Amino acid sequence: MKLLEYQAKQQFARAGIAVPEGRLARTAVEAETAAAELQSGDGVAPARIAIKAQVPIGGRGKAGGIALVDSPHEARREAERILGMDIRGYPVRSVWCETGLRIAHELYVGTTLDRDRRRMVVILSAAGGMDIEEVAASQPERIAKLWPDPFRGPQPFEVRRLAFEALRSAPALASARAAIASQLVVLAQKLYRLAIELDAVTCEINPLVITEEGRLVAGDGKLEVDENAEYRHGDLAAALAADTAGDGAAAGGEDPYEAEAKRRGLTYVHLPGGTIGCIANGAGLAMNTLDLVKQMGGEPNNFLDIGGGASAEKVRDSLDMILRDPAVRGVFINIFGGITRGDEVARGIIRARDELGVRKPIVVRMTGTNEVEGRHLLAEAGITPGISAAEGARKIVALTAGS
Amino acid sequence: MSILVDSATRVIVQGITGREGSFHTKQMQEYGTTVVGGVVPGRGGDEHLGLPVFDTVAEAVAQTGGDAAFIIVPAAVAADAVMETAAAGVPLAVCVTEGIPVHDMVRAKAFVDSTATRLVGPNCPGVLTAGQCKIGFIPNHVAIPGRVGVVARSGTLTYEVIQALSQGGPGLTTAVGIGGDPVLGTSFTDVLPLFAADSGTEAVVLVGEIGGSDEEAAAALIAGGYGKPVVAFISGRTAPPGKRMGHAGAIISGTTGSAQSKIEALTAVGAVIADTIEDIVRLVEARLPRSHARRRR
Repeated sequence: MKLLEYQAKQQFARAGIAVPEGRLARTAVEAETAAAELQSGDGVAPARIAIKAQVPIGGRGKAGGIALVDSPHEARREAERILGMDIRGYPVRSVWCETGLRIAHELYVGTTLDRDRRRMVVILSAAGGMDIEEVAASQPERIAKLWPDPFRGPQPFEVRRLAFEALRSAPALASARAAIASQLVVLAQKLYRLAIELDAVTCEINPLVITEEGRLVAGDGKLEVDENAEYRHGDLAAALAADTAGDGAAAGGEDPYEAEAKRRGLTYVHLPGGTIGCIANGAGLAMNTLDLVKQMGGEPNNFLDIGGGASAEKVRDSLDMILRDPAVRGVFINIFGGITRGDEVARGIIRARDELGVRKPIVVRMTGTNEVEGRHLLAEAGITPGISAAEGARKIVALTAGS
Repeated sequence: MSILVDSATRVIVQGITGREGSFHTKQMQEYGTTVVGGVVPGRGGDEHLGLPVFDTVAEAVAQTGGDAAFIIVPAAVAADAVMETAAAGVPLAVCVTEGIPVHDMVRAKAFVDSTATRLVGPNCPGVLTAGQCKIGFIPNHVAIPGRVGVVARSGTLTYEVIQALSQGGPGLTTAVGIGGDPVLGTSFTDVLPLFAADSGTEAVVLVGEIGGSDEEAAAALIAGGYGKPVVAFISGRTAPPGKRMGHAGAIISGTTGSAQSKIEALTAVGAVIADTIEDIVRLVEARLPRSHARRRR
């Protein structure tokens, strides 16, 4: 679950991390009002206002989804334009209007899961505002990393060492490094605690702006919550759903079929252009099913893992899901039961075929737990299951070729 | 011969009274596994499937002498169950639970690593030594005792490979399903040395998939000299980048985690790549020591 920028910033603010003052606007008029309020401040020359599209993907700026404006009138005009945009499949439903910062320098700070170390890693860099993976690849010496003990979290001395290491590659900051480091120690600890509290697998501030006054302010943020822990953060999920108006794109990727699958609670990846629907139990087998179909000269239309111990109902729902794409000419169901039981799967297949009136070819490969019962049920219903996955893949490719 | 579990292993089941816990405990017993008791907090003193139930793992260990744990409890409490097992000094914990929050697992992993316990999983099918013992839910009827060890990330592909090796093939010593999560207790590089040291295992089949770099780490280990033939199979060759293919860990991000990168790394160190499950048996048999080529157990 990826939060929108403004939601991430609300969380940063709650954690005590400075963010620019801002307002959310869903219409151009709201943006105009927001800009007027933001400029009505301290009496000095009115600050510039940033109008930023709220979509859960990067690259908004390049796509034209961010504008800098000087007046409420201009804010209205730019908001009008941005709110009409569709950024790589995501319609822009709201814009975040915030006070522009007077930027002296940009840093990067973030924490994310390091799979190889089986721990969270805290990353600091003086090269802010760029894609951190690109910096890591091209200038690894500009990245400083720390893997905190998960029971005690990062300690001040650890972050301080990290800060001095990161600042070494930025000679321009040499004179201010003590002041910056001491602010970073506090900020990085807050960010890490927030990541733990929210079960975030990625929690980053990029850029972390050093203002002309020497303050650290979160210019932009990314916060992605672990899907396995969403049950502990129902409030965030509800806020996200409200802000994307149940938008399919934001809920499950840019593909409408994937969005529908997510609503149904199915583990599904759409491969547009393919003609063979694929269902398997277990992610590895499901991936291998696609590989097999491809090896036999076919084009898989999707990945669908019914998981372990699937009910007949889930199997029925899966078949229904796959057949929604009219490009699908036939379905290959590949089952090797462990925790999944063959008879349960067979009942689901038969129910789906009868209830949905499926006329397209269905090839079933079934072995493993309760395979005898499952194969018997299928045979009675006129579906002859095979035993070899390769055979099944060959058969579905032959049955769907040229139809 | 075998690794991790054998006919002497005594298993405690955490979550024994649940629907899945009951079903798979019975399956394990039918396979010949010695199950000595179960743990369900609040159910201590009960009896289930003819076995004593305890409130805590420590009690179960003290009363039954269990030396391995099968953890089949809901995701929200699984990491705690893993830590309880390690704290009780159980040498082997096998956790099959899927969907454990990643931060819970990061903490549990760090805790387990501070003890002598070996954790297999989570989100794995378990461990099976052919004809002797299984912990987890690898189907009972597929494995024939033999000469080849299997280590795999995917559960269902573990079954596929065991079946292929067993039907007229060289048979199995032990199969270890290490799981599909990003944070795992045991990885390829932990299992490979165990197979290397096991005199009964003459070749190893490694079943990897897209995501992470554990297969590349396995290749680095093999490069140091492994001494036994390794046949590898990588699933997810057709997977598009950036999409999570079911397993939380199965995602190609940027340039890391692609099937191609894993295949290249393994090929470079002398492992043989099988293109299909059927190919695995042929490739393994061609590399088994000659003098034993027709031996069957």
